[in-house]
Amino acid sequence: MYQVGNLVKELSDKHGRQRDSLMPILQGIVEKHNYLTDEAMVEVAKELDISAAEVYGTASFYTFLDTQARGKYVIRICKTITCSMKGKIEIIQTLEDMLKIKVGETTADNNFSLIETNCIGWCHKAPAMLINEIPYTELTPEKVVDIIEGYMLK
Amino acid sequence: MEKTGLNKVDLIFEEIDPKEVLIKASKMTSDEIIQNMLDSGLKGRGGAGFPTGLKWKYTAAEKEPEKYIVCNADEGEPGTFKDREILDRVAYKVYGGMAIAGKAIGAKNGIVYLRGEYRFLLPKLMTELESFHKMISEIGFDFKIRYCLGSGAYICGEESALFESVEGFRGEPRNKPPYPTTSGVYNKPTSINNVETLVTATMIIKHGPASYSQLGTKDSRGSKVFSISGDTPTPGIFELELGMSVQEFVNEFGDGDTKAVQVGGASGFCVPRKKFQDTIIGFEGVPTGGSMKLFNSSRSMYNVLHNYLDFFAEESCGQCTPCRVGCQQLLKGVEKVKKGEAKSIYLNELVKLADTMKIASKCGLGQSVGNAFKTIVENFREEIIY
Repeated sequence: MYQVGNLVKELSDKHGRQRDSLMPILQGIVEKHNYLTDEAMVEVAKELDISAAEVYGTASFYTFLDTQARGKYVIRICKTITCSMKGKIEIIQTLEDMLKIKVGETTADNNFSLIETNCIGWCHKAPAMLINEIPYTELTPEKVVDIIEGYMLK
Repeated sequence: MEKTGLNKVDLIFEEIDPKEVLIKASKMTSDEIIQNMLDSGLKGRGGAGFPTGLKWKYTAAEKEPEKYIVCNADEGEPGTFKDREILDRVAYKVYGGMAIAGKAIGAKNGIVYLRGEYRFLLPKLMTELESFHKMISEIGFDFKIRYCLGSGAYICGEESALFESVEGFRGEPRNKPPYPTTSGVYNKPTSINNVETLVTATMIIKHGPASYSQLGTKDSRGSKVFSISGDTPTPGIFELELGMSVQEFVNEFGDGDTKAVQVGGASGFCVPRKKFQDTIIGFEGVPTGGSMKLFNSSRSMYNVLHNYLDFFAEESCGQCTPCRVGCQQLLKGVEKVKKGEAKSIYLNELVKLADTMKIASKCGLGQSVGNAFKTIVENFREEIIY
């Protein structure tokens, strides 16, 4: 859980308080906190003067606007066909072993969430994953260990 | 002239001086620009293949003073990654195409809808956009572009779902008609074009429609950027002249053991080895937005089909019943047949369901699930059953 504080106000000042400001505002919150709390969505609803149900309805439609708690680093592994064919399973195995969580879970220290996602547009360099917005491609178990160790040191 | 092998083209990624092209366009009338597009024979490069010139003509004919150019950069079709590469390397040509389209239809505002998965590109794209705005204001172009980001929904590549998303709603497709040319984003006349289409438009203005239409065939003019992946020694992005057969394509990109090529991604068609020779890649054969996936004989086509159906079951927006329930039932259905819980004849029922989805679904997603389903089930039936 995080305190949304002044963030909603700041984002609304930046993107406006129209209906079409909703997506950039929600994206701004997720960029900072990785998911949307009920409190954050209620706050957005107040700021834009729309129903909280409208905010939740929109947020829950989009995979990247998570409404359940996520860690500081959200790892999304592509599960679409080419990545599947090119060793996605080994990559997931490595990540699960390293982080001691299963797909869909978040580490106890709230640093990492591990989820699968649909095609992220790197099929020629499969397997691929995103950590927050950064893509990592042509993954091997060794490469994944290095990448995650890098994040652990951050 | 007899064609041998594949003709590699360098049009999309060719470095040009955008200012020169835009000055040329600024001296043309709206009608002249549209006529150039019509003469070139350019069809939309996102996959659906609607003639670009006609789209611009219809939008130009609308009386409403406020109009929009939308660039569809919500590239989500499995196996497609060309638009990312285009934006990464030649975004200024995309912006140029939008400004030219703006002049043609009488729009002062452009929106690029970029999929959330490509957010890492945004800082660079914004910097390039700033210099572009500066450049066009110097030559007296009144046109402004802004970015909207998606958040991980395949369906938002469907034009009307994309408009809903831009407006801040769930990305659920609208009923058609009205078409975007009459009522698109913010219910204003809108020309929505794919990233590659806009770059091609820039190049048509530069080189002229005659030289462009010399490439390709009668139904598929020009060249196309292909995203090639799967069992191939050379995965990546290649721009090729249209009109080749799948066989010619496989000769160039296969690994010597190709048993099937999925043309057009999960919503496209599966072409088995025995049909390579007789299948043309293009609007006269199998159309594609650029996604080409090769599978060799070590791959189970059941796994391929299952992966696609799982994809659609997740990405269906859930708004209309044929698609929402259909995707799930097709997925459950093939699982049942595979496990032996349903007889193989049940596949025929599932094909009927796919046909119903094609007729009854509201948008292109549900309508095209049957493409891959039917072509895989028909050509690799034994792999689905056993």
